[in-house]
Amino acid sequence: MNVPDDLLYTDTHEWIKREGDNVRVGITDHAQSELTDVVYVELPKMDRQANAKEAIAVIESVKAASDIYAPVKGRVVEVNKALEADAGLINREPYGQGWIFVMKIDNADDLKQLKDAATYQRQIE
Amino acid sequence: MSEIAPKKTPLYEEHVRLGAKIVPFAGWLMPVQYTSIMGEHQAVRNNVGMFDISHMGQFIVAATPSSQKVGGEGAAATWLNTMLTNNIDKLDIGMGQYTFLLNERGGIIDDLIVYRTGEDTFLLVVNAARTEEDFAWLQSHLKAGRSPDRPSGGLPASGKPTAGGETAAPCTLANRSAEFGGVAIQGPRVVELFHALSGRDTEPPARNHIVDFPFDGTAVSVARTGYTGEDGVEVFFRATDAVKFWNAALEKGKTFGIKPCGLGARDTLRLEMCYPLNGSDLSPQRNPIEAGLGFFVDLTKPRFIGRDVLSRAKENGTKEKLVPFRMKEKGPPPRPHYAVFSGGCQSERIGEVTSGTISPSLNWGVGMAYVSSAHAKIGTEIDIEIRGQKFPATIEKKPLYKKSAS
Repeated sequence: MNVPDDLLYTDTHEWIKREGDNVRVGITDHAQSELTDVVYVELPKMDRQANAKEAIAVIESVKAASDIYAPVKGRVVEVNKALEADAGLINREPYGQGWIFVMKIDNADDLKQLKDAATYQRQIE
Repeated sequence: MSEIAPKKTPLYEEHVRLGAKIVPFAGWLMPVQYTSIMGEHQAVRNNVGMFDISHMGQFIVAATPSSQKVGGEGAAATWLNTMLTNNIDKLDIGMGQYTFLLNERGGIIDDLIVYRTGEDTFLLVVNAARTEEDFAWLQSHLKAGRSPDRPSGGLPASGKPTAGGETAAPCTLANRSAEFGGVAIQGPRVVELFHALSGRDTEPPARNHIVDFPFDGTAVSVARTGYTGEDGVEVFFRATDAVKFWNAALEKGKTFGIKPCGLGARDTLRLEMCYPLNGSDLSPQRNPIEAGLGFFVDLTKPRFIGRDVLSRAKENGTKEKLVPFRMKEKGPPPRPHYAVFSGGCQSERIGEVTSGTISPSLNWGVGMAYVSSAHAKIGTEIDIEIRGQKFPATIEKKPLYKKSAS
């Protein structure tokens, strides 16, 4: 499974990419492979405030619905509208066009709670 | 459900070797998918796909040497006609029919296919999850002589047939499930694959028929049946021949674009056709009339278990009906247990979804639900509640997916 070195990770299989004061969030290659064909994404509401580990989006595969969690405390500033037309982007490009939302983070120190690639890799092995 | 470790079919190692995602299902470890549910679904709709159905149960019901014909019909046929809803008398040798095993309240214990494989010999192919229960039910009725024809017991304690004795079981019942493996090969290119596997000059049996064929030194039973809405066969063989047959079919099937297919695709394929799934759409609390499957119930038969309830249900109508529906907008997939509401402003709860998915063929949300009969007409607008929000849907005609004529 692909676990890029330059990203951070959660226990719940979200990846996090730091972009200045913001973080971009998606689900890992491992997660998309476990979920199988993603058929629908319920995106978070714009400007929604969320705490770390709060469920803010839903990914539905053929077989099941799964919650997606805010990785850190912050506010949703961008959502990936392309997923409304083509949820399969999450399967095809989990780290690229399949990103789900961008959050403005309250406190950059919170990112220290997240896992690095090596630690996440061990989790899924 | 059961505390016993899940069973493995004779093809389990093949599934693992092919990289399948394995899940426990009905007491068995089964492949849910190999590569992708969508891809496997499309293989069956466009080319051909193969499913392991070795978990399904097989019973043989046969007349005993001493059993007597009843009104021209064999003892096994006569007895089965009291246990099953469809009419066995319609079956010539080599033919099968879809039918139900009901409890005394008319509720569905199982839906199954019964084949007449000899003059008074029958093969019953039953759902994996119900195999033990079906067998126990049939056996208790056979032994006790408690079919509606024989309201009282009075058997010798052994339950063994007594030559010519009136209280003897009319026929034998054997659970042969452990001895058989099976695959369903489904899709428009199934006949080509069948030719490749069997030699060009042999044709598969006609729809709903079963025929024995030689295969690589052994015999396999081939039935022209399936659970996908495509042309297809279900092939039963000795468990020890399973791996040989599976690999031969995959090898010969390459030319035709064959894919091994898991339970995921099996479920989306059957749902597009509105074929019911026992345990979801059918249960001991539901009867075939409310499930919209009265076609497989012959009420002209004088006696079978559940007949009185079904007869009343047919006459008076049922409180609820199982209906197919289609979402009106692109959105989240409907799923089992979601609440169904009547459409419009005076919205009230009218039922519950029993099966639902995004149809891979339609790329659209579809499902089946039990709704109150007042709201069950085709074209009725309903709402499906998904995570607290109502999404509009319309009650449709069966099937939810029809192949275009092209």
